[in-house]
Amino acid sequence: MKFEGQDWFYSKKVKEHFLKPKNVLKNKSEIKNYNGYGKVGNMKCGDIMEMWIKIEKGIIKKCKWKTWGCASAIASTSMLSIIITEKGGMKINDALKITGKEITKRLGGLPQIKIHCSVLGDEALKEAIKDYESKNNL
Amino acid sequence: MNKIIYLDNSATTPTRKEVLKETQKYFLKQFGNPSSFHSVGLESKKAINKARKKISKILNCEEEEIIFTGSGTESINLAIKGIAFREILKGKRGHFITQKTEHDAVIQTMKWLEKMGFRTTYINVDKKGIIKLNELKTAIKKDTLLVSIMYANNETGVIQPIQKISKICKEKKVLFHTDACQGAEYLLLNTKKLGIDMMTINGSKIYGFKGTGALYKKKEIKIEPLIHGGNHEFGLRSGTENVPGIIALAKALELAEKEKKIENKRLTKLKNYMINKIKKEISFSKLNGSTKRLPNNINFSFFGIEGESTLLLLNEKGIMVSTGSACSSQSLEPSHVLTAMGIKHEIAHGSIRFSLGKFTTKKDIDYTIKELKKIVKNLRKISPIWNKKTGLIKK
Repeated sequence: MKFEGQDWFYSKKVKEHFLKPKNVLKNKSEIKNYNGYGKVGNMKCGDIMEMWIKIEKGIIKKCKWKTWGCASAIASTSMLSIIITEKGGMKINDALKITGKEITKRLGGLPQIKIHCSVLGDEALKEAIKDYESKNNL
Repeated sequence: MNKIIYLDNSATTPTRKEVLKETQKYFLKQFGNPSSFHSVGLESKKAINKARKKISKILNCEEEEIIFTGSGTESINLAIKGIAFREILKGKRGHFITQKTEHDAVIQTMKWLEKMGFRTTYINVDKKGIIKLNELKTAIKKDTLLVSIMYANNETGVIQPIQKISKICKEKKVLFHTDACQGAEYLLLNTKKLGIDMMTINGSKIYGFKGTGALYKKKEIKIEPLIHGGNHEFGLRSGTENVPGIIALAKALELAEKEKKIENKRLTKLKNYMINKIKKEISFSKLNGSTKRLPNNINFSFFGIEGESTLLLLNEKGIMVSTGSACSSQSLEPSHVLTAMGIKHEIAHGSIRFSLGKFTTKKDIDYTIKELKKIVKNLRKISPIWNKKTGLIKK
């Protein structure tokens, strides 16, 4: 059967990040290099996300993650990991202000029903920052 | 993307060349309205009568017991609401029975009937997806108007014991409708042997056209129409007949019937080959549903990964499948069919349906499994719930 169609459900950017996700945690042994950890989501919804961040002098230098979920969940975590580490890293205070809307925008938009998936990423990040702060008595 | 491996034949099938060929002249030359009195119209009338006769032979029923409709969903609506409207006209209500793994065409119709003042019961299925007959027996009440149970499930291909159900319904003197949209290509359609009162079939799953369907209804059963107008289809479905679609439905059904035995054998072999190979080559993969299933249906859950991701990565390799994951639905709930079978959410989310068809080859299956293996491995690598030893992490 020959087929000419190239249609895809999501935007080009989502496809890019879904097919080649950035900053995935490859090996458990890497975890020790990070000082903040967050995990959000639930089995019922079908989205669970884990995030590790490395904070130096109030700036997020590195971010690694793992996600169980649909393409938009994977792509949005990948995009978030870039947003907070690009250009030398993001200040904690700025990172706490990141919303799902911003991630969605950087992804070139998501179908309405999928928006909740990208919101998960910023929640995981907030958890990770909270973890860092409590570990460091901040 | 060039070569496509289409393993979504339960969603819809392509139209067979033989079917298309048979219908062509009804688009271009014999385009008449079957209700017209002139020759062009009469030709069309003759053609749909011939189609009706063909189908009635396969279903072992009378010609006037076949009502052509616009889809499987419409046939189901006509069967169920047709009974309900009849009661409403008498100022009465009553009770309907179905089961939990039905297609939404049945479930949503039942939900609507609840709003109209009818009572409904949804019978449970066991872990394998088969209806609990004891529950059905006790659910039938004095005012039960209709039992509607599907022949074979669209997600799992699990085949319901139709003859046992029809026996129960006969004993309790209640009408029985079956949705045979998925089963029509592969299973027995002789209505007398099945002992059913009404049956839905459609063209889009049997290599006919989309937008075509039929309802078999015993002539002594009185139902009200959903669509009023020029009294077409014995007054039960008004609107100028879809002549090419009707011809296509009859031709597709005729071909299916003729090739059933050989094709079922070929597909069963292919299906078992695929099931065994997946089980062998992919750890923590689980076949969902009974082995008493359609010869073309394979439904697997892969632990630790999510269905939509798997589907889209297979898509990148030219392999078309579907999933029971919430992420591909509008509701954000995983498949109601799998959860009714007691399958946990995280397992249901990771389900993939491969539905084989007339053009599926062993080579297609080998290629699919080769790619699937890589995809499952890669998704498990980035999954926070995957554990190599236990399949899923302990909560």
